[in-house]
This record gives sequence, C-alpha cells and structure tokens, in this order.
Amino acid sequence: MDLRYTASEQAFREELRGWLAETVPGFRQPPPHDDWAARRAHDLRWQRTLFDAGYAGVDWPAEGGGRGASPVEQLIFKEECERAGAPYVGVNFVGLLHAGPTVIAEGTPAQRERYLPAILRGQEVWCQGFSEPDAGSDLASLRTRAVRDGDDYVVTGSKIWTSHAEVADFCELLVRTGDEGRQGISWLIMPMDSPGIEIRPLRTIEGTTEFAQLFLNAVHIPVANRVGEENDGWRVTMVTLSFERGTAFVGELLECMRLLGEMYRVADRLGLLGDDGLRRRIGHLVAAFDALWALTKRNVSEAAQTGVPGIGGSVFKLSFSEHAQALGDLSMEVLDRAALCADPLLGPDGEVLGNGEQLHAWFKSINLTIAAGTSQVQRNIVAERILGLPRSR
Amino acid sequence: MDFRVGDDEHELAEGVRAMVAGRLPLEHLRANEGAERAIGAGDWTALGETGVFALTLPEPDGTGLGMAEAVVVFEQLGRALVPGPLVGTFLAASSGMIEGSSDGRAQVGLHCAGPGPILVEHLSSLDGLLVLPAYDRRSTPRLVSPAPEAADATRVTEPLDPLTPLWRLESLPAGEPVADAGGRMMRDGSLLTAALQVGHAAEALDLAVAYAKERHQFGKPIGSFQAVKHICADMLVRAEVARAAVHAAACLADAPDVVAFEAEGARRTPDELVDRAVMGAKLLADEAALANARAAIQVHGGMGYTWEVPLHLHLKRARVLATTFGTPAEMALAVSAFA
Repeated sequence: MDLRYTASEQAFREELRGWLAETVPGFRQPPPHDDWAARRAHDLRWQRTLFDAGYAGVDWPAEGGGRGASPVEQLIFKEECERAGAPYVGVNFVGLLHAGPTVIAEGTPAQRERYLPAILRGQEVWCQGFSEPDAGSDLASLRTRAVRDGDDYVVTGSKIWTSHAEVADFCELLVRTGDEGRQGISWLIMPMDSPGIEIRPLRTIEGTTEFAQLFLNAVHIPVANRVGEENDGWRVTMVTLSFERGTAFVGELLECMRLLGEMYRVADRLGLLGDDGLRRRIGHLVAAFDALWALTKRNVSEAAQTGVPGIGGSVFKLSFSEHAQALGDLSMEVLDRAALCADPLLGPDGEVLGNGEQLHAWFKSINLTIAAGTSQVQRNIVAERILGLPRSR
Repeated sequence: MDFRVGDDEHELAEGVRAMVAGRLPLEHLRANEGAERAIGAGDWTALGETGVFALTLPEPDGTGLGMAEAVVVFEQLGRALVPGPLVGTFLAASSGMIEGSSDGRAQVGLHCAGPGPILVEHLSSLDGLLVLPAYDRRSTPRLVSPAPEAADATRVTEPLDPLTPLWRLESLPAGEPVADAGGRMMRDGSLLTAALQVGHAAEALDLAVAYAKERHQFGKPIGSFQAVKHICADMLVRAEVARAAVHAAACLADAPDVVAFEAEGARRTPDELVDRAVMGAKLLADEAALANARAAIQVHGGMGYTWEVPLHLHLKRARVLATTFGTPAEMALAVSAFA
C-alpha cells in the first residue's frame, strides 16, 4: 500500500489546479435554488466549459468521447473541483453518471452518436425514471407498462424521485415489457417533450422541489429508443452501476470536512469549546471523515486494478451517511436557536454564523441513509454478498 | 497511488498467521490463562525469530520494512490473541535498546503513565520497561532497565485479561531518558496498538459470521435473520473503516513526502498531520475492537457469555489496549483540534 501519487498523477493535479484557479471565479454566483431555468443554464455552462478544456467526462472511456482518466485521476479531479469550489455536476448528474455510461456500454452506434456528445458538451439534460410509488427498494417490482404498437412502445404508469425532470430533455426509463420480476424489464430513452407526460413537483423537507413525480399517460416512445434487448433492461441497469469507481461521494465527504471546520470555528466563537463532551464528538467526526477519505483511496485503488471498487462501496456509504448525519445533528446543537432559521444570522461577535448552510446540510444528510439504497438494504447487501450470510428473501 | 493491501503485504500477513497457527495456537496460549508468565520463553523466542520485532530495523539485523508492513503483521498478532509485551519489545528493538529485544531473547514492557494506579503488565518476564506518557510528542520516553523486581511489587490476583498478568507498584523508578527522534516511539507504538485492535475487531467479526451461519433456530441459520445480519454488517463496517485509517496513518508515517504535500494543503506541519492520522486511527480501532467483541458476544447468545468461547478474551484484551497510549476519549479530545 502506497499513498504516493505518481509523477503523471501529480502533473494532472497541477494542470487541473491551475485551470480551476482561472476558471472557477467566473462561476461564483450559483442561481437561486428554485429557479430551475437558471440552474439548468448555469450547470450546462459549467459542463460546456469543462468540455472546451478537455475535462468533460473525465471518467468516461475514450470510445464514448470521454477523457478515459484512470480511477486515481478521477479521484484527483473530484478532489480538486471540490477544493476549488467549482460548481456541482447539478442537472448533468444523470446524463454524466447514469444514462451516458449506459449508452456507452449498451447503446447502438447510432444511439451513441445521437446522445453522448450532447451530454458531454452541456447541451442536453437527462433525468431518471426508475423508482415508482410502489417500487422503491424492490425496484424489480416496477409496474410502468410498455406495450408495443408498431414502431412505438406505448407507456403508461408513474415514476417518482425524478430529479431535474422540469428541465430535462430525456429520461432514462425502466418499463415492464414482459413478465413479473427482473426478466421483464426494458430500458428506454424517453424524450421529455413527448405528449402524455405530466410532471408534478415533489416538495421535500427542505421546502424545495428537488424531485418530481412523473405521470405517463400512453406516452409513445419509438422502439429505436430502447437500449439493449427487450426484457434485458435489468442487466443493462446493472452495467451502469459497474461504472462506479469508488468516487461517488468524494464531493460530499470533502464538503462534510469543510462544514465540520466551519462548525468548530463557530463553536469556538460562541465559547462552547470548554465542553469536553462536545470536543470529543467533534474529534470523533474528524477521525471518521479522515478514515473515510482513506477508505475512498482504498476503493479507488481497488477499482484501478480490478475495474470495480470491490467491497468498499456499501461499506463506505453505510459509514459516511451516518457520520454525515451526526455532523448535522451536532451543528444544530452548536447553533442552538440560530438553527431555527436559514436566514443569515450574526454571532455576538458580529460575524456570520453560517446557520443557513448548516441547516441545509442537515436536511440533506437525513436523505443519505435513504437515497441510492437505504442503509437497511445496504446492510443486507454487505451481509449477503460480502459476508456470505444466507439470503433472507 | 495504490492503497490496496499489496501481494507482498498479503503474503507477510499469511506467513505470520500460519506461523502463529502452527506454533502458538489459541488452545496452547490459553494454557497460560491466569499464569504469572503469559507466554513461555520458548514461545517468545519462536515469535522473535520470525522477525516480528525487527521489521523496521535495517538489514542485516532486521528486514528494513516500514510501518505499513508492521501494522499488517500486528493485526495478525491481535487476531491470534498472542500475549506478551509485543509493542514495547518492538519499540525497544527498533531503537536498538536491550540486547535480544529484536530476536525474541528479551521482553520489554510498556507502561503509559497516567493519573490512575500504577499497574505494570508482564512484570516478572521483563528485561526492561519503557515508560511513555499518553500521546504527547514533547515528552521524553524513559527506559527502566533492568525492569523493577517483581518481588517489590504486588501481583494483581484478578486481572481483567487472563493473558495479561498485572503487578501493582507504588512508584516507578525514574529510569533513563531515551533518545527518540521526533516522538517516533509514541507514534509507532500507538499505530501498532491500533493494528492489534483491528485484529481483534476482524477476528470477532469472523467468529460471529461463522457462528451465524452454523447456529440454527426456528429451523434456519440465525444469520438469515436481518436482525443478526445487520449486527454483522455493522461489524464489518467498523473493522474496514478502522483498518483503512490504520493503514493510511502507517503510510503517512513511512512517506514524509506525501505528508509534506498534504500538510501544505491543510496548513499544518507534517508532524501535526501524522499525529492527527495516528490518533484518529487509534480512536477508531479501539472503538471497533470493543464494539465488535461485544457484538460478537451478542450474536453468540448465551455461548458468548461462557469462558470457553474466546470472545471475552478479545473484549478484555481490547480494553487493555484501549488504555494504552491514551483512551478513546483522550484521542477524540486531542483530534478535535484538527477540525
């Protein structure tokens, strides 16, 4: 085991760092959270800027038009972007991390040519239509039905937790084309301007509409928009997951470390650090986030050699999500009544408390043990696939 | 960067595991439960001859390896519940103190001075005793050599760990200051102690998983019940996170250039950065060992509460190690300054 970066990895970091220092200041003002049109424009402008500099799709293979960077370079990319305060992937998330990699791996040449460049160049936005009101952790029980009608599928059903639906051009859609279970599912590309799509925003506990529910009423989708064979969509979806290189939560982890530092300084200014109990809880989080950063490097190293991050993904997510929640809870305690609103408040020293930022981070942390596989499902995965305990279902 | 446990390290670990399984199997070690000497002189020599105390000594006296390899080896010693003053002897050997410490002819104890009663481990077997305070680089380690006479101390009749005999002393001789460049003893000793703890955490996990697969109730293996599965999953998470922390701290201790690079970004001195990593790793490893031993006892049900099943030995050793080089509470307090 060796934490030393190679000369070429260091060179990649130096070049990237220089470029970020020049470029990020032009993206300092993120648009208001609920102004979706402005968010789309902002995030696409960032993606276009990455593209022009040769950093679009750093993690995509070269045959998909990406940079084909090694997992360690992907880690460096995410680390440097986060430390430079670069914009988040935002509305480009599904295109860059799910739909694009799926089309690269399973799409036809025509599909690749049609969809991939537009994702990389920041021209088109994708959303995800996987979960349904009655198909959450048990995704394979999904019921949105696609019936063949000539060269089209006619799709009827409902999807939920769809991020960026209001501003998306396409939706990666899982539908039932066959029997119950995993073997009856197909993966379709649904143009979001198709007639019959109703988008109903879902208000989250943050008060904002981060997600939407989609109602699909006899939406016609060309059969040519199917990726992979009919009824082979479950496998197609799993292929996408194999693109993960252990870097999924790098941004979030580094953000937690930064927020912990902010909270420590606020606690100091409020005169709270005489409390050894509080300091121990802070120290515990320092140690945990440092360890998770080490575990990230381990998972990325594993991916660099084997192509998959090994057993680390679920282990990381279980530990990280709980420590992120502990950080949120502790920040709320430190801020005390200042945590009762997100409006900018000043401490007794006249300096900002950063209560709004901590409050929003606390909200988001609550979702970490739910989204992308609840902690209970993750524990089942760890117990069955890593520890080899008997399956319970 | 390649932070995987490499083939060489796997081989090293397997070599130690096989040697201990052959020469120092648990049923053999357990014959010394409650004895004045937790490990016989012949067994200690056999252990020393494998080179576990001389890993970081330059060749030809040692193998010239780093702390990254040492923590891999010590994890195996923890897993196998090997008793004796492992960390003190390693530190003495690495600094060329006490003739025979590197090859198993001498045992060097370790006492971390604190406010509580003076309880010295393995006293009657010791050729020397290193005295270090809790984690603090500014303090100077001292060597008491020869070790205080056991005859001048009161042997504890009911020690927590039956394989860690204790003696109570009213006071310790001052001893001689030991040259210790940059607080390396504190650093390496804490790391090795943390590595032992990872071994206890990992072994407790393996024992729990094996039992959960084999024990049937309600007509099924208890490991098919989610309530039991989730206990085991949490044990794995604790062990893997702690192991990553220990390995990262060991790599930082071995590679000053990485530390210098990271320190620049973090606006810390390289020493501060290594201390942060070591203390954080010790904290997580202590907690993983204690929590996993407890969880493994729970998975074993009533059997876990028996003397026969060795889980209590892991729990008790983990408690002994958690008081060495600073408790989890002290480590957490110290690390908080790095937020």
